[in-house]
Amino acid sequence: MCGIVGLFLKKDELRPQLGDLLTDMLITMTDRGPDSAGIAIYGDEAEGSVKITVQSDTPDEAFADLDAAVCAAVDAPVTIKVVDTHAVLTLPEAVEKDAIAFLEEKGLRIMGSGASMEIYKEVGLPKDVAARFGLREMGGSHGIGHTRMATESAVTTMGAHPFSTADDQCLVHNGSLSNHNQMRRKLAKKGVFTRSENDTEVGAAYISSRIADGASLGEALEGTLEDLDGFFTFVTGTKNGFGVVRDPIACKPAVMAETEDYVAFASEYRAFADLPGIETARVWEPEPATVYFWER
Amino acid sequence: MSTTLDMTTTELREVNSTLQSAAKAHANEDYVITNPRGSHAMACGLDGPLSVVVKGSTGYYCAGMNKEATVTVEGSAGPGVAENMMSGVVTIEGDASQYAGATGHGGLLNIKGNASSRCGISMKGIDIVVHGNIGHMSAFMAQKGNLVVLGDAGDALGDSLYEARLFVRGNVKSLGADCIEKEMRPEHIEILKELLEKAGADAKPEEFKRYGSARKLYNFNIDHADEY
Repeated sequence: MCGIVGLFLKKDELRPQLGDLLTDMLITMTDRGPDSAGIAIYGDEAEGSVKITVQSDTPDEAFADLDAAVCAAVDAPVTIKVVDTHAVLTLPEAVEKDAIAFLEEKGLRIMGSGASMEIYKEVGLPKDVAARFGLREMGGSHGIGHTRMATESAVTTMGAHPFSTADDQCLVHNGSLSNHNQMRRKLAKKGVFTRSENDTEVGAAYISSRIADGASLGEALEGTLEDLDGFFTFVTGTKNGFGVVRDPIACKPAVMAETEDYVAFASEYRAFADLPGIETARVWEPEPATVYFWER
Repeated sequence: MSTTLDMTTTELREVNSTLQSAAKAHANEDYVITNPRGSHAMACGLDGPLSVVVKGSTGYYCAGMNKEATVTVEGSAGPGVAENMMSGVVTIEGDASQYAGATGHGGLLNIKGNASSRCGISMKGIDIVVHGNIGHMSAFMAQKGNLVVLGDAGDALGDSLYEARLFVRGNVKSLGADCIEKEMRPEHIEILKELLEKAGADAKPEEFKRYGSARKLYNFNIDHADEY
């Protein structure tokens, strides 16, 4: 089992409430996945800049003067925002690759990067993870979250969802993939590498690699139905929106709700109970083997 | 006179034990449940005559194992609604998620919206009426009872079917292994007419097609031995 939630706002007025709404949704899904939780949140973007989210088990040590060290390494201005075990470094897009290489060399774990996406994930109960990162206070245009009950890899920060394998792209998953090792090897031959042993990360890398090859988000999601074997309900986030696809057997639950203000996704209806206007929302179950996406 | 249980102030466990005691007492009371918030196993295991109206949507396994009680959900129901139902009536005003009415032995499950995949899987005597469409693998290994669908059916309808009767008014995307279209005889029209009336469905029995088992999987066929 695992729990997935997603919220895509259609109106800017709700942006300050995004974190608050998503946090309630995430906590409701605790009994589907109590071992770790994570969220990808798409907030403000600065022109020409990129945000890199990193994690460390020893944040006091690792994040002290990290901005200055990165600044010296890539010779560009860097700002840092430390949030518990995570830090978000903002720097010019042109030096992103060098900065990531430097950070990885320093032993920091890369959670993701992008113009607007920040990723926060840790081991622990969703309510504790949400409190550590102050998820309630975060604003943004859309976000996706995951509560994990591990099957395919260890309960670690790197095994928690969301997984990001390209700028502003991330994936959360309920289910398990059975051909992930084969796909991991195939992708590695193309020069696409993953950072964990996790099956979902391979799914994320597959989607990113298809998009890098020129596919649209819709086409990349269609591709998962052909090329990935196993059970999945996927929710994928991009800078402009989010997409949903379920495998043809569709035994992993999924429900969606739409109002004039938002589109919401959850593993169960329970997660929608506190959303504004849910009583009159259009609520439906996404069809198997059918790609849905919303973009602004 | 009905009793209202508000789930913002009453725990699910207390709601269910109240309903279960009332059902067992055979007092034929009316209960209204407000703010169900998608809770799991709402009004399950009711063993006696009782009327329950749930004002909102429910999660997994609502009205499971129902016996004699009448449960109405004024919203949508999550997976496994009326699972293993024995008798009584369960009505879903909205949609039902996967495996609605699974393994049901009797009673009527009346779904006013759509039902998703595996509706009526392994049904054993229940009557299920779906006013909308049903998803793939519905009535898989269905043994007994009637599944009536006013809309369309998804892939692999009635796969490995035993003796359940399937009536579909709309299109069937594909039939499962050993499921075939069968002649609609006068007795089937009668059964269907009665079920449609009971479910308050606006449809004529003559508009439906009947599907059932070709009975080819009942016995091992020696000619196929080399295929294993």
